[in-house]
Parts: sequence; structure tokens; C-alpha cells
Amino acid sequence: MGIQLDFPAVLERWPSFLGGAALTLELAALATVFGALLGTLAAVGRGTHNALIATACRVYVEAIRNTPLLVQIFLVYFGLASLGLKFSAFTVAVTALTINVGAYTAEIMRAGFEAIPRGQIEAAEGLALSRVQVYWHIILLPAVERVYPALTSQFVLLMLASSVCSQISAEELTAIANYIQSDTYRAFETYIIVAVLYVILSLVMRAGFWSLGLVLFPRRRRLGTPL
Amino acid sequence: MGGHLNVNHLIFLGHGALWTVGLSVIALIGGGIVGFAIALARISPLKSVRIASAAYVQLVQGTPLLVILFLGYFGLAAIGLQVSPLAAASASLTLYVAAYLGEIWRGSIQSVPKPQWEAAEGLALSRTQRMLKVILPQAIRIATPPTVGFTVQIIKNTSLASVVGFVELMRSGQIVNNSLFEPFVIYAIIAVVYFAMCYPLSLFSQRLERRMGRGRVNLAPA
Repeated sequence: MGIQLDFPAVLERWPSFLGGAALTLELAALATVFGALLGTLAAVGRGTHNALIATACRVYVEAIRNTPLLVQIFLVYFGLASLGLKFSAFTVAVTALTINVGAYTAEIMRAGFEAIPRGQIEAAEGLALSRVQVYWHIILLPAVERVYPALTSQFVLLMLASSVCSQISAEELTAIANYIQSDTYRAFETYIIVAVLYVILSLVMRAGFWSLGLVLFPRRRRLGTPL
Repeated sequence: MGGHLNVNHLIFLGHGALWTVGLSVIALIGGGIVGFAIALARISPLKSVRIASAAYVQLVQGTPLLVILFLGYFGLAAIGLQVSPLAAASASLTLYVAAYLGEIWRGSIQSVPKPQWEAAEGLALSRTQRMLKVILPQAIRIATPPTVGFTVQIIKNTSLASVVGFVELMRSGQIVNNSLFEPFVIYAIIAVVYFAMCYPLSLFSQRLERRMGRGRVNLAPA
């Protein structure tokens, strides 16, 4: 009952692995950007006085957060198809991941907005800042600064969750692994390598977000607060 | 192909839903036991134990559950064990849940105020007594809302067990879809069933959190 591992047989496919990892990063990057926008809009929407918009945003957030990503991906995949729209697996994957991470981002951003003291907004209004200025400088930026660690964790989790897109044949890392293992019959080795690559990808993303945070929030760095 | 959704299909989906609940319970119990050990190891007085458990958590939290499932499925086979999809899914989910629950519970144990530890020490209680009689009863209270919240993630994540051939709700939906080919309707029904399982727990967790006077952002993966 010994395990015989043969890594070289699998590792010679390294260009495919790297290609898959690159596509995983690309998926994650696109979904992070679009998801951040969508989530911020949904968080703002939940806080408006318009009951219709606020309810719609709430339904969106709760519906997404209480159903599996796999089901959401299939719904987008077949939903777009049943509308007669033909998109590549990659486009479907970005769309589904954006819708998914948008809901989580909305919750995080809402927590950030709620943490802004009312007095700050009143003070800004007292200084005759315009509505846009108040929103940008007093509400949005400080809120993002406050929830930055939670946001970035969420985006790393999104990258890991993108592995589920292998189920609609988007050719990211896990899908590539599925091909390689059915080709080489070396399943265990293949998935060990893939697991290592995902760990590296998440470390790279964390380091990237950490340095981005140093650039974006120099005040935080001066205060010495950990990011 | 063809035909319409009938009672038999719904009964089949119902069976799948029961297995989703079953697998979630297995993952919660298995992951809870291992996770508790992880939480204790993370705050152990021995440095090597702390490092080993931290490495475990980092590795699992840096790997997608889907890959962990494949590793469990093919890994158990590689060491010569007969793997049923249920065994592979249970083992993988246990390892996965343990890493997250371990961290949640470590945080809860550590957020019991420091003077409580000191007072227990001042009363000359042993380390085990301090843990069992002073710290854990308070930590359990703190840990309850996030644990209930994480249960929602467990239920959703059991859907991934479908890829190693375990017939839970998602897989039973795919099987029904193979005979009917009405994917949009079927996956919409499945989404509603998952929502019906998860939403009450989400609300319950939010209520518990509010009662404890702290808002917490849900950070577990989809």
C-alpha cells in the first residue's frame, strides 16, 4: 500500500499550468474590478431613501449570499443561452463571478459606510463641500480605507472560488488540471501541483493588495496601523 | 430527452436535498472536532505545534475547496483506499471546514478578556481547568454567531461534492436536467431550495450578532 508519485511526468506540462494560472488571475482581476464597482453601487443603493431601489439591492445581496456559486454559474450560463445570447465560457465566468463577489462586497462596503461618524458628514457640509466632494472624500475613501483588509480577503477568496468555473469549461487552472490528469492518469500529482499553484497565487495576491494599500492609504502607513 | 418535470423528478431532487443536509451535518461535526483541535493547537504553549497548525490553516485557506475535493478523491485512491464519493466528500469537507472553524474559534477564545485568564490563574486553577471552567464557556458565547454564519457556507459548499459524483442536491439537479434538458428551470428550482435552507440560518446568525452588540462581516468564500 505504498504511494508512488511521479511528478516529472506531470511537471513537463508546466506551460499549460502557467497558462491556466494566468487565466485564473485574469478572471480574478476582472471580477475584482467589476465586482468592486457593482458592490459599491449596491451598498449605496441599500442606503438610499428610495424604498424600491433599497429593496432591490437587499434582495440581490441576500439571494446571492444564500445560494452556491456553482448554481449561480449554471444559471448565468444557461440563462444567457436561453435568451439566445452566445458568449464564451470566459465571459460567462467573469459575469457570474462579478455578480457573486458584488453581493459580498456590498455587505463589506455597507459596514464601512455605517462606520463613518455622522458628525464628519455634517462637518463637511458645514464647510460647504459639494455633495460629490462629501461623498468622495468623507464617505467613500475613508470607508474603503477602513474595510480594505476585509475587501482584499474577499477578493482572494474570489480567486479561489473561480476554480468552480472549470465546470463550464472556462480554461482556468482547475480546468487545465482536469485535462492534464485525464491525459497523464496522474491525478493525485496533478492536483497537488495545482494546490501549490493556488497557494502561491493567493500569496501573490495578498502581497499585491498589501503594497497597493501602502500606496493608496499613506495615512495608514504613517499611523502604523497594520493593513 | 424531453418530457416534463413530474413528481418523480421532484422526489429525486428531495432525496438530493436530504443528502445536502446530511453531508453538511457530517462536515460540521467532523470539521468541528478537527477544528477544535486546530484552535487549541494555534494557541498551544509549544511553538512547533503553533507553527504546524498555522501552516495547515494557511495551506487549506489558500487552496480552493474544489481542488481539495479532487485531492481527497484521488489521494485516498492513491494510498489504496476504496473511495466512495461520500467518503471523499466527507474527508475533504472535514479538512476544509476544520481550517475555517479553527480560525473562527481561535479568535473567539482569544477575545475572552485577558483579566479572565489572569484571574483564573490567580485562583490556582490548572491550565485545563482554566480552559474548561473559565475560558471556553465565554468563548462559546462569542463563537456562536459566526459559527452559525459559517454553517451557511458549509451548506452552499457541499454543492461542490457533485463534481466527484456525490448525488446531493446539485448533482441530482444535473441528473434530472440530463433527462429533461430544461437547465434554467431546474437550476432556478435548486437555487430556491438552497436559499430556503440557508436564509433562515443567515437571519438567525444576524440576530445573534445583533444581540451580542457587534456587527461582523461575513467573510467566507462562496
